[in-house]
Amino acid sequence: MSLLSVHDLELGFETPAGHVSAVNGISYTVEPGEIVAIVGESGSGKTVAAQAVLGLIPQPPGEITGGRVEFDGEDLLGFSEQQMRTIRGRRISMVFQEPMTSLNPVLSIGRQMTEAMRLHLGLTREAAEQRAVELLGLVGIADPGRRLRQYPHHLSGGMRQRVMIAIAIACEPVLIIADEPTTALDVTIQAQILALMQDLTRRLGVALVIITHNLGVVARYADRVNVMYAGRIVEQGRADSVYRRPGHPYTIGLLNSVPRLDRPRDVPIEPIPGSPPDPARLPPGCAFAPRCLHAVERCRSEVPPSISFEGGHTARCWQTAVTRPETAP
Amino acid sequence: MSKYLLRRLLGATVVMWAVATLVFFMLRAVPGDPFLAMVFDTGDPAAADEMRRAFGLDDPVYVQYFKYLLQVIQGNLGTSIYGSRVPVSTIIAESFPRTISLTVLAFTIAVTIAIPAGLISALYKYSALDHGVTFVAFLGLSMPDFWLAILLIITFAAGLGWLPAIGYAPLSSGFGTWLSHLIMPAIAIGTPFAAIIARMVRSSMLEVLKTEYIQVARSKGLMRWYILLQHAFPNALIPVITVMGIALALLMAGAVVVENVFAIKGLGRVLIQGILNRDYPVVQGAILVVSGIFVLSNLVVDVLYAAIDPRIRYE
Repeated sequence: MSLLSVHDLELGFETPAGHVSAVNGISYTVEPGEIVAIVGESGSGKTVAAQAVLGLIPQPPGEITGGRVEFDGEDLLGFSEQQMRTIRGRRISMVFQEPMTSLNPVLSIGRQMTEAMRLHLGLTREAAEQRAVELLGLVGIADPGRRLRQYPHHLSGGMRQRVMIAIAIACEPVLIIADEPTTALDVTIQAQILALMQDLTRRLGVALVIITHNLGVVARYADRVNVMYAGRIVEQGRADSVYRRPGHPYTIGLLNSVPRLDRPRDVPIEPIPGSPPDPARLPPGCAFAPRCLHAVERCRSEVPPSISFEGGHTARCWQTAVTRPETAP
Repeated sequence: MSKYLLRRLLGATVVMWAVATLVFFMLRAVPGDPFLAMVFDTGDPAAADEMRRAFGLDDPVYVQYFKYLLQVIQGNLGTSIYGSRVPVSTIIAESFPRTISLTVLAFTIAVTIAIPAGLISALYKYSALDHGVTFVAFLGLSMPDFWLAILLIITFAAGLGWLPAIGYAPLSSGFGTWLSHLIMPAIAIGTPFAAIIARMVRSSMLEVLKTEYIQVARSKGLMRWYILLQHAFPNALIPVITVMGIALALLMAGAVVVENVFAIKGLGRVLIQGILNRDYPVVQGAILVVSGIFVLSNLVVDVLYAAIDPRIRYE
């Protein structure tokens, strides 16, 4: 049994312009201790899909219109707010995108680290603080005792994200969802934070869902990858397989638009032409068809089914026979 | 911090000096002579000159000014030019507790109503409850205090006979008696500020609830009320404190008007009588005290900022 399995999740938002669907029936699984990436550009629905797992979508205006989110065999979508609170921070925790704004500016680091431990693990203040010191050491923050008494504005962005990671692992969850955890950080810090998350989750046996727009991150850190486009998963599979032989033109486009050191310097980066569709007005067929160089008539009228390749690798594309490379692009 | 306080107090002194100077010259620019008015019956200008000399008001204005400043620095506010020439400090000492009682009570009422009202409004945004609070807030905001005061007197004093219509009782005569005299004027001047603060709490709270750290707090599985009170409220309070500081100062100004409706011999009555009588020392002294309160409440607000928000530190 998978640790987390999302089935046909559909959700949308009520807006003054009417119902806008943000996620159109996505399914993916996460096994215990595994690192799974969800890749997509802004507006592809990857963040709301992840927030829905923890019940963090404000309803209204958000609305989950279909699907199941099974965690450890139970459907989280059927949980009450009170039941969800026993999951959040305890079994599943989350690391957010903006370390500069994800810590409360008026509360001390110690307070923000210990409150969940005291609530979920029933620790005393002293015990929680002692554990907080250990956790800060674990995420590579020097002089943890002093840091506990400090406030977020005393810390740099990278340090704050380390604190967020320490908070995320504090109650020994089995799953961490990280929403673009390094997007807001300097490039040099990005690699450190990702390596730290990989190391910690491997060491502690925690599963990690990492949401990103950066395929480079996927290649280095993820076991499996789900590529999202316009609220659908268009390709999924083992990271090496997707990276070496992508099946969907969108994934190929993403790979070609990432600068790479292993290619000659004069090969230009190829951006994907056009821009993502308006979620309120999705085309009837494949949502990527208007931007796809290989689109045929059928792509514009019928949503492509999931085509299976070797090793559980799948892609939703009518044209994989034409587009999928024989070897690495 | 102590260095900062010292600097602020120095600044406050400069403000007070400016106020004293402005009031001093403005009073003398207003036409009318108190002494001629006093001797109006007898029509003896020599008697008026006599009195003017006794108060040093026959000196050139700049001499009077420096004499006045010298006096104030020594803590002497002079004496009233009327009747038995009571020292201004005595007049203020008598009237000030009334005004400050009224102001503090009005402020307390305003804040205790406004903060829960604003919080409820924010938590149940766009609900009937929120609309109700908003409606009452705008009603309170649009009613002039003296009018509300008269309505209260008609209802609770003249109509129901629950409360005394006018007058003041000191706290020493018992809390109940004190409160029964002050509750109506306090509500009259406090209501508009309750409305302003409630609206401020609402918008500030809504702003904070949208922030990422609240989302983070939810993702930790914390209780809703805990997130609201411990995570959101202290952040929402920062802009509200600014408004509360201004409100405290303006409530004193409101007290000045409403004291007259309720015939409370507070600073406001003293001030108005002083102005009508051209009683220079009394007006100067009263305004100096009021401006001192303004400056002080601003200072308190700034110190409170630092207490709530760790990012604010005064070196």
